[in-house]
Amino acid sequence: MGNGTSIGRVRGLGSAHTGAHHWLLQRFTAVGNLVTLIFLIVSLLTLPNLSYATVSGWIGQPIPAVMMALLVLTTFWHARIGLQVLVEDYVNDSGSRFGVMLALNLAWIGGTVFGLFCIARLALVPVATGGAA
Amino acid sequence: MGGIATHHTGQNMANRPLSPHLQIWKWGPHMLVSILHRVSGDGMAIVGLGVLLWWLGALASGPEAYETFHSVMTTPIGYLVLIGLTWAFFTHLCSGLRHFVLDTGAGYELDANKMWSIASVVGGVVLTVAFWAAIFLL
Repeated sequence: MGNGTSIGRVRGLGSAHTGAHHWLLQRFTAVGNLVTLIFLIVSLLTLPNLSYATVSGWIGQPIPAVMMALLVLTTFWHARIGLQVLVEDYVNDSGSRFGVMLALNLAWIGGTVFGLFCIARLALVPVATGGAA
Repeated sequence: MGGIATHHTGQNMANRPLSPHLQIWKWGPHMLVSILHRVSGDGMAIVGLGVLLWWLGALASGPEAYETFHSVMTTPIGYLVLIGLTWAFFTHLCSGLRHFVLDTGAGYELDANKMWSIASVVGGVVLTVAFWAAIFLL
């Protein structure tokens, strides 16, 4: 960005050519959130009770386990995109913004992996007696 | 309109009017639904995903950890958090569906925009009440 000509003052301030991808991902993951969260809400409302045995037995089954794994992926991805927009709007200092985006990306990956690991364990390993029956 | 000559002088570029910020506008439903969409979304991203991970971690850790999660979430503060999260979810869901409609280029006429803005906020509250009524009454 230069100071001289009119074109020089605005060059580089236009489209980054990646916004549409970001925008579309926010829509795709929104639909993912809708489908997986409706599955979770209907499941919670229709389970006979919310005891440990009932819930861990439910989530260990193939379809609930896959739906919950997809829920973790899609909600964390959507949240990461949404929080990035928040950071870009309100964190103006570029150094701070770098630090916050670094923390956000680490939390995003960390949270996703933790959630997927918990579901995999519930689906594949009998945790305790009366657990994943 | 000044024409090409004035547009290109640096002085006029510096003195051009800036968009006024929030305080100057008369508040309307479309502004409320916009900020609620952001607040509910970012609230769920920070609080809701934390609760989700605690719930999954407690389930994966065993009955004792699950009991701890369950007892914290059934305190008055726990219920407040959960009800707040479901309200955030249903509100974000309704305003998000509104965004899908707006993405198609529809719903920008003043009356329609106002009507669907109000409907989004009301819909979020109604669905939240219906969800907790189902939890407690069914």
